[in-house]
Amino acid sequence: MVIDTQTGRQAAAAPAPAIELRGISKSFGPVQANKDISIRVEKGSIHGIIGENGAGKSTLMSILYGFYRADAGEILINGAPVDIPDSQAAIRAGIGMVFQHFKLVENFSVLENIILGAEDGALLRPSLSKARRALMDLAREYELNVDPEALIENLSVGHQQRVEILKALYRQADILILDEPTGVLTPAEADHLFRILRNLKREGKTIILITHKLREIMEITDAVSVMRRGEMISTVRTAETTPEQLAELMVGRKVLLRVQKTPAKPGATVLEVENLRVVDDKGVERLRGIDLTLRAGEILGIAGVAGNGQSELLEVLAGITTGTGSAWLNGTPLDLTGRTSDGQTRRESGVAHVPEDRHRRGLILDFAAWENVAFGYHHRPDYQKNAIFMDNAALLQDTAAKMARFDVRPPNPRLAARNFSGGNQQKIVLAREIERNPDLLLIGQPTRGVDIGAIEFIHQRIVELRDAGKAILLVSVELDEILSLSDRIAVMFDGRIMGERLPGDADERELGLLMAGMKGGPA
Amino acid sequence: MDLATILQILDSTIRLATPLLLACLAGLYSERAGVVDIGLEGKMLAAAFVSAAVAALTGSVWIGLVAGIAGAVALALIHGLASITFRGNQLISGVAINFLAGGLTVLIAQNLFQQGGRTPSLTGGARFTPITLPFADALRDVPVIGQLYSVLLSGHSVLVYVALLSVPLTWWVLYRTRFGLRLRAVGENPAAVDTAGVPVTGLRYAAVIIAGVLTGLAGAYLATGLAAGFVKDMTAGRGFIALAALIFAKWRPVQALWATLLFGLLEAIANRYQSVELGGIVIPVQLMQALPYILTVIILAGFVGKAIPPRAGGEAYVKER
Repeated sequence: MVIDTQTGRQAAAAPAPAIELRGISKSFGPVQANKDISIRVEKGSIHGIIGENGAGKSTLMSILYGFYRADAGEILINGAPVDIPDSQAAIRAGIGMVFQHFKLVENFSVLENIILGAEDGALLRPSLSKARRALMDLAREYELNVDPEALIENLSVGHQQRVEILKALYRQADILILDEPTGVLTPAEADHLFRILRNLKREGKTIILITHKLREIMEITDAVSVMRRGEMISTVRTAETTPEQLAELMVGRKVLLRVQKTPAKPGATVLEVENLRVVDDKGVERLRGIDLTLRAGEILGIAGVAGNGQSELLEVLAGITTGTGSAWLNGTPLDLTGRTSDGQTRRESGVAHVPEDRHRRGLILDFAAWENVAFGYHHRPDYQKNAIFMDNAALLQDTAAKMARFDVRPPNPRLAARNFSGGNQQKIVLAREIERNPDLLLIGQPTRGVDIGAIEFIHQRIVELRDAGKAILLVSVELDEILSLSDRIAVMFDGRIMGERLPGDADERELGLLMAGMKGGPA
Repeated sequence: MDLATILQILDSTIRLATPLLLACLAGLYSERAGVVDIGLEGKMLAAAFVSAAVAALTGSVWIGLVAGIAGAVALALIHGLASITFRGNQLISGVAINFLAGGLTVLIAQNLFQQGGRTPSLTGGARFTPITLPFADALRDVPVIGQLYSVLLSGHSVLVYVALLSVPLTWWVLYRTRFGLRLRAVGENPAAVDTAGVPVTGLRYAAVIIAGVLTGLAGAYLATGLAAGFVKDMTAGRGFIALAALIFAKWRPVQALWATLLFGLLEAIANRYQSVELGGIVIPVQLMQALPYILTVIILAGFVGKAIPPRAGGEAYVKER
């Protein structure tokens, strides 16, 4: 069989595609998640699939991995039709899946996770020693080094992901599907992952990469398929397209990939923090002495891999957790100990907070939009009818106006927050926090799980708030977002600020080193 | 206190710890697979009644034992159906089973035997009789070691030995077999098991059925080994103490043995010293009898340390991407 691994192009004597889907449709109740999807993925190629949230990428992959059954359509693996009723069948068909949220047993060892479900007999010892040997081979072949005896919970996210890949390879997978694999990785870890993927491709494996990061698509894929609203819009060769074109295909209209903003005009110092420390409830010091200043009319971006203290920084400044050290807001000391302060008093003093996890902290999903818009500000006089009753009519009206201004769809204040898409949920939170005109906006992962179209809108709003002379502390794990929004960038690692850069001077490699805890270049 | 008294107390510790140990291991299988089982009590009670009733009717303790196990497994399957298949609340299902067993046993007993909700006293082949281990009589006169062997280890009914052997067996199953690996995995992260191509439901049902068998043994031992017949509510909270022991043991089999032995010891002491005089103050018998329960609370409140239950415990598995 001739396999054209170099380009993934269908040659004259082309082998059957590794995967071919024909007319796949899937509905959940009235929602049609996949409409008549057809796609061919060539053997030995890296095939990207992009699309906004809710475009149907994950549903399609779930059908391929036996989580759902398609209502209609056909799946062909290497030219032969297969039926995939469950994951077992998918594994038998040579499909391996690396989920966005890893499916690992945290307190099991790497080996135990790898053999789980693929044991060779009723007893564990033979399987374990066989897996140990296989793992050494795989590690050598693909740069997939992991300590086989380590517990998953002690591994970094990057290593956990390698375990997931190893799991698939141990099951003899020829087709590997990766769902948003780089969301949790440092740039260096992502580079390593791409090296692994290229190694896999060289060995003839077929890889499907689901991502929303256009840069990654351009960097590593051979071909890319774009999905929008449950439909397959187009499949193009990566070399023959541009990020702008892909973005337009995804959203269905022209999109600004770059944030348009003028240079910052920093004013008076709004926030000053000195030697800020936070110890979590397990006694681990999560912030180890943070110093920073933030002026009116500027955006300070905090870059870093998730879990290096950024969350704690936002929470302690928002008054949710307590810490030691000093902080001043407009020259007035903030009480960090929590004795005379909490989220409410912090809000009164002019701090607004758009939390990183909007489902846990930003919204009550089962409450209506208008109730969510009131939270934290529900006691304000304009929402009161008299001493006892709230003025729900005013609140509804206010929410409707906010929803109109923030282009929340559908513009229905009575709809439960759960029923809005990620981007619209985030707009509800933003509308609530921004429209109270805070002096300082703390904003974490503003566009996590948000569609490209909404990202553009949210970014514009943040810049507008800056231009209105407000101070903004932006935390994001998306380096692109930090680079395009920030006026100054601080990189956090292990509870410390590793260094500050200006976005114009910073190159990604250097920031990546800082994010990994290495001091790169002169500080 | 002389050696004979100590031996007596320890001997009765083993007997009293047996139903706790069996129930505790039952809970261990179930909860390690992610199904919280608060219905240990009810299953034990049902098994106690069914085994005693069938033994009384047939005159065979063995038929009684099988029937008792079947009764407990039937309740276990109800729990499985409610909490695994229909994804109901596992606590509520367990509580329902406890109520069901508490009421049904007495009702049926009264209907069958007209003895105020009891079964007739079991005699002869309708009861488990003590087994004398080999050489126990010969070693009786050897000081300490011989006495330990012949008094403490020998002379229990077969279910006591079954319970004790279940401990290493459970350890081996959990940590050395494929089934054990999958069982532990499904209690920690069912999604991992599912995506590895192993059905979650089957594993959880297996665990729940094992729990049924073990509580069946526990209940049968109560009614046909420890006592001679069924009486109303004879489990007396042992299912809950077994749960406490399970937490104390942090869901590990060998520790479960020590934990249940501790609770057995407390019960043995309470039985032996009905009223104790301490410096002129007589401790009332009720307090002594409440001791195991009081200690359950104290141990759970303060001495367990950080007990991390299986992470997926209590949650029905719903397929998600």
